[in-house]
Amino acid sequence: MSVLLFAESLQGKLQKGAAELSSYGYALAQQKNTSLTIVTINCEEIDQLAQYGPSKLINLKLDTSYFEAQAYAIALAEVAATEQTNLIIIGSSADAKYLGGILAGKLDAGYVTNVVQLPSSREPLSVKRTTFSNKAFAVTKLTADINIIGVAANSFEATLQSPIATVSQQDATANSICKQISVEQNQGKTTIADADIVVSGGRGLKGPENWGLIEDLADVLGAATACSKPVSDMGWRPHSEHVGQTGKPVATNLYIAVGISGAIQHLAGVNSSKVKVVINTDPEAPFFKAADYGIVGDAFEILPKLTEKLKVLMGGAD
Amino acid sequence: MKILVCISSVPDTTSKINFKDNDTLFDDQGVQFVINPNDEFGLTRAIWFKEKVGATIDVLHVGTALADATLRKALAIGADKAIRIDTEPIDGFVVADQIVAYASTNTYDLIIAGRESIDYNGSMVPGLIAAKLNYAFVNNCVHLNIDGTTASATREMDGGMEVLTTELPLLIGGQKGLVEETDLRIPNMRGIMQARQKTLEVVAPIESTPKTSVISFEKPAPKATVKLVPADDIDQLIDLLQNEAKVL
Ligand SMILES: Cc1cc2nc3c(=O)[nH]c(=O)nc-3n(C[C@H](O)[C@H](O)[C@H](O)COP(=O)(O)OP(=O)(O)OC[C@H]3O[C@@H](n4cnc5c(N)ncnc54)[C@H](O)[C@@H]3O)c2cc1C
Ligand SMILES: Nc1ncnc2c1ncn2[C@@H]1O[C@H](COP(=O)(O)O)[C@@H](O)[C@H]1O
Repeated sequence: MSVLLFAESLQGKLQKGAAELSSYGYALAQQKNTSLTIVTINCEEIDQLAQYGPSKLINLKLDTSYFEAQAYAIALAEVAATEQTNLIIIGSSADAKYLGGILAGKLDAGYVTNVVQLPSSREPLSVKRTTFSNKAFAVTKLTADINIIGVAANSFEATLQSPIATVSQQDATANSICKQISVEQNQGKTTIADADIVVSGGRGLKGPENWGLIEDLADVLGAATACSKPVSDMGWRPHSEHVGQTGKPVATNLYIAVGISGAIQHLAGVNSSKVKVVINTDPEAPFFKAADYGIVGDAFEILPKLTEKLKVLMGGAD
Repeated sequence: MKILVCISSVPDTTSKINFKDNDTLFDDQGVQFVINPNDEFGLTRAIWFKEKVGATIDVLHVGTALADATLRKALAIGADKAIRIDTEPIDGFVVADQIVAYASTNTYDLIIAGRESIDYNGSMVPGLIAAKLNYAFVNNCVHLNIDGTTASATREMDGGMEVLTTELPLLIGGQKGLVEETDLRIPNMRGIMQARQKTLEVVAPIESTPKTSVISFEKPAPKATVKLVPADDIDQLIDLLQNEAKVL
């Protein structure tokens, strides 16, 4: 009974994190003394995943042009049945979470999201996941016959293996329930979910007209931009940039918070970022307690200098 | 239109998170419980439908009497009837089984749940319900319109937005955006008085087995203190990020 893994793609291209997820799947299959099968849907780059250790690669050609969670779940449930798997691995992106619950329902499988490590025990299967908006971990036991593990972003490193798998293509019919009318993709812009670095601004920036400071820094770093809740509530920035407990979660390598006080609800959403830098005029701002590096100072003076210096540095490194 | 709003009752966002019984249970001592924010956005949109196009709103919670105050609040801000399925919400599977059983005998045109509960962050109940009831399902829903039996729903993706259309019955996983922050309601005296006259029905659970259980909770290791860099020494910050943290 091999481990089955679903790697996400968008318009044929593998999504960021597919290599890490595949490596997680391979390590897990090794732990279970079994093989790894990777499935993609309408992906043109599945062969790139051969180097992460799968024994089998299956690309489903589903007759739909966009991600349709319900149709994808039905198609994946069928693969799970033919492959007779009892352990399925998916990611923790918005799409993966959309799909995961439906898939679990279709298969009557157990399911946990936001898993940050390989299982600590195989019998019974138990995994560590983040809970209470990153304020705690829960070691959770999965007790169903089939189980699904949703792996959190940036929680595992990609490791190369010698490729053995070949790709097979399978046709499948989509059971469309929701029809896409229009889509707006932030083309070319790094998104919060994909970014290695996020530069985030709070009320300390005083107004939307000053966001150039945040965007310029983000540009040099190839970073995504984000904001605190009041900033999106006041319409300075779109809701999609609001991070925190009631916004988007951020799990990047570097989170730079500028003019954000560090309220508990904000911290809850960004705490799983590896390194946090805080720039704030107030030395008592609570964010400094949660930060790795900090500058007590005025964003309007510091940001232009930081951006300028990084521009030189990044320019020089390339 | 008959709407069901699934309400999870969660610790207020400012709550300290502590555990008891050898770190196996959440310690709710002194914790204030509120309507899960994602559900509150959904409930407020439901009230909008009720007021603008006419609808009846049932709110449903799977859990113990501890959440009755949360359900009363939902009634006070505009829901017509509350249902509590009287069982411990051990995991998302038990919760979904109960909701599915209830919604199969009391059919709804629209079921509104939240994208996730902000306490256990399961993110699975809506998907499980959709799969079992065979409802159309839009998660991360930030905008919802209904015209007759046709719904148009906007979904927030990781890198964009998508507009979907489908026929009722529909289930959504709602979140911020569904209504504006300023549209959220605070119960007023009249609402609170009216809520006392409304039904809070306590329903016996169906049999259901959990598929997951928490063995233990852990708190993240305490953080080392922040390294402060003088405001006039940005080079030092860059150096630390490059050579110590190795993130540049
Ligand atoms: C139910 C609920 C859910 C919530 N969910 C979230 C959430 O998900 N995400 C979220 O972010 N918030 C959330 N909040 C709001 C949260 O409590 C805070 O109000 C919010 O995070 C504060 O935003 P801020 O830090 O941008 O603003 P402020 O608290 O006003 O802080 C601004 C900061 O900027 C600093 N500053 C001022 N001028 C400068 C300058 N020139 N240079 C540098 N620094 C400067 C100030 O010292 C201050 O620390 C939630 C609140 C509630 C009640
Ligand atoms: N105990 C519960 N009773 C009713 N609805 C719930 C319960 N738990 C979760 N839900 C619903 O499911 C959504 C997602 O929850 P979860 O899957 O637990 O993250 C919540 O926003 C609620 O709408």
